[in-house]
Amino acid sequence: MLTFINYRYVVKCKVSYSIETCNVTCFASLSLSSVSWLLFSGFRERNTYFHYWLLSSCKSISSIHHIMDLNQKRTRMVDRVDSVDPDLVSPESTPMCPFPDEVLEPVLSLINSHKDRSSVSLVCKDWYNAERWSRRHVFIGNCYSVSPEIVVGRFPKIRSVTLKGKPRFSDFNLVPEDWGADVYPWLSVLAKAYPFLEELRLKRMAVSDESLEFLAMNFPEFKALSLLSCDGFSTDGLKAIATHCRNLAELDIQENGIDDLGGDWLSCFPETLTTLQVLNFASLNSEVNFNDLEKLVTRCKSLRVLKVNRTINLDQLQKLLLRAPQLTELGTGTFTQDLVTRPVADLEATFGSCKNLLTISGLWDTNSLYLPVIYPACASLTFLNLSCAALRSFELAMLLIHCKSLRRLWVLDTVGDMGLEAVGSWCPLLEELRVFPADPFEQENVAGVTESGFVAVSRGCPKLHYVLYFCHQMTNAAVATVVQNCPGFTHFRLCIMNLGQPDYVTNEPMDEAFGAVVRTCPNLQRLAVSGLLTDLTFEYIGKYAKNLEILSVAFAGSSDLGLKYVLGGCPRLRKLEIRDCPFGNAALLSGLTKYESMRSLWMSACNLTMNGCRVLAKEMPRLNVEVMKDEDSEDSQAHKVYIYRTVAGPRRDAPPFVLTL
Amino acid sequence: MNMEDGLNLTLGLPGRDESDKESCFKNNNNNKRSQLEMNDESNGSSDHAKEVDMENAPATKSQVVGWPPVRNYRRNNIQAKKASETESGMYVKVSMDGAPYLRKIDLKVYKGYPELLKALENMFKLTIGVYSERDGYKGSEFAPTYQDKDGDWMLVGDVPWEMFMLSCKRMRIMKGSEAKGLGYNV
Repeated sequence: MLTFINYRYVVKCKVSYSIETCNVTCFASLSLSSVSWLLFSGFRERNTYFHYWLLSSCKSISSIHHIMDLNQKRTRMVDRVDSVDPDLVSPESTPMCPFPDEVLEPVLSLINSHKDRSSVSLVCKDWYNAERWSRRHVFIGNCYSVSPEIVVGRFPKIRSVTLKGKPRFSDFNLVPEDWGADVYPWLSVLAKAYPFLEELRLKRMAVSDESLEFLAMNFPEFKALSLLSCDGFSTDGLKAIATHCRNLAELDIQENGIDDLGGDWLSCFPETLTTLQVLNFASLNSEVNFNDLEKLVTRCKSLRVLKVNRTINLDQLQKLLLRAPQLTELGTGTFTQDLVTRPVADLEATFGSCKNLLTISGLWDTNSLYLPVIYPACASLTFLNLSCAALRSFELAMLLIHCKSLRRLWVLDTVGDMGLEAVGSWCPLLEELRVFPADPFEQENVAGVTESGFVAVSRGCPKLHYVLYFCHQMTNAAVATVVQNCPGFTHFRLCIMNLGQPDYVTNEPMDEAFGAVVRTCPNLQRLAVSGLLTDLTFEYIGKYAKNLEILSVAFAGSSDLGLKYVLGGCPRLRKLEIRDCPFGNAALLSGLTKYESMRSLWMSACNLTMNGCRVLAKEMPRLNVEVMKDEDSEDSQAHKVYIYRTVAGPRRDAPPFVLTL
Repeated sequence: MNMEDGLNLTLGLPGRDESDKESCFKNNNNNKRSQLEMNDESNGSSDHAKEVDMENAPATKSQVVGWPPVRNYRRNNIQAKKASETESGMYVKVSMDGAPYLRKIDLKVYKGYPELLKALENMFKLTIGVYSERDGYKGSEFAPTYQDKDGDWMLVGDVPWEMFMLSCKRMRIMKGSEAKGLGYNV
């Protein structure tokens, strides 16, 4: 239906312009069933013209487009084009009518990507207004880049909010407690503006029990809460959510700094609650009341994601699975038992009856006796998270034989290179691999994985595009081979755990490895480097990593040049986090013009001084330049620096150790 | 524990060698970073205390804060796994009111309450006083308490040592008026 309306209106509009005089350009892309639309519009003085040209920076458009040429009323199929096609341009100049709101708003409501919506809002005032009224979900990547008042002022009809707070290095204890990112100020504003808010997803925010109680009491339609890497709350806060959110569909508690006071929060779900679809409490340690859990699972017929914690044993898991065979994602409890009260075959049959399982995780303490019970469910699995199960190579190999549809695999390095060879042999569709260290702080007699496992996976899994790999040794040649086998990498995160470790065969720095990555992988969006690295690595990155958005650097580089190379290249850079590198003020200031196009920059234990940071703060008033003072370091040193663009001005809630310059 | 070092004002743990604080990588500006970070980075997370407390770890390379970049949740998982595998050590966190960071002790190392209390006294440089069933800990402003499996805070010393070992989840040394209240109510 909408397709026809669009065609009619578009056909009526004439088009003309000249490229050089157009000052604001943007695009929106829609998928209406099988038709992909590109709408372009430009803003030229007071008139609005429709233009057709493809911007090479339009990443979110799918690769095949229909382009409506208005004057000729024909469609053309083209791939992504990096320059203007003059055939599509009409020479005359005619004013035309813009899309009326009744067309624009329903069309725009089909656009979900927040990047596309950002672009849409830049086109002209009409589109800005239509977009802001039709937006239902707002994504705020840095809670200090904007104030809650500004957000609610612009978007009147939000139903879902995603908020991210602390810099990522807070996950590794580099950000002091009480740094900020308190969600409460947001909640109090959101309660007034969006009383019918349904979803809240928080990452690295400081969340108190009071905040959770406030949330539970002030949003009667609240449906979905997701907390990832947050801290400051306890299971008392969860009690409030369970008790008061009558329409709760999702409770997803992941990897938080939570004070686990007991499992009785689960018993707070009322008997009348039947709407739960997602329940994830895998990261909590306390035992819950199993009867209450079983009853909850039984009455919530739409439950599709259930991730229990380690206190749930195999017998209990079996009971739960019998109640909820419709699950698509399962996180098991402890996957071993001293006393087998039910035959293993029973459990195997139960797993076989779960026909919709796509994801399995948990599997704590599992071993060769119990792991095979999941085999019947493996054929359709797309994601297997074994990062809590210290499997050995043959155990993994036996399991993977059954997992032919696997797209994503997370393992511990206990599986060794042989386990990874099995991955290469049995998982040809694999797209993502994460290998975590079972013993990250053990420095002698470590096994784990090496470069040969990495190469083995790349040989068997040509579709691999996401890797997170922790190892103790690597070679430049191996990495070059890996990226040759898998040139489609979008996320390449290599962590050689020994600091400053060179190529262990040639004893050279690992520069050529990362050089190979950025040269061979044009779609690279995220890169984490490690090992012994000189400025050459950064020269490669700046020169070749045209699509790089996120870069993590630790203990690398030789001089200011390194950072200068990156800031001088990498046009798409959004997040840069650096620790313990010899980059100083000159390097910092070389990126002056870049920081406003980035979300944030983190630099800790580098060579920055307070003066250098002050100069930056003075030149760029729309950035917040925050320095965290350390008792240890001297007054003139800028020990930890966090720089981010903001429209909200300096933080008003900064603790005493954070100075905004 | 090395008693001689106990009198020195340092930020390191008693028994830790100064030689551990050498940096092992080529970057010359990072000597500071390679020291055990005992200042504001230790925000009381148990994993960090665990990292710092590994007196059994080889001293060939120093431990660096936040390296390798493994998230706290995963680290805790690993520690829990190791504990259950090796069956050695019954580590519990010990916090003290006013101290900037927590400590961890292995309950299995002590034969009974007197040894435990002595160890706590050494660790936190304080005196705990004499236990009596009627009055709790008399003679000092500190009272050792522990949280049991039910989540309740109990005074250390009331139950038999073995029962205490099994039910103790974490400990807290209370100070001042709070401590006195607990003592008198027992």
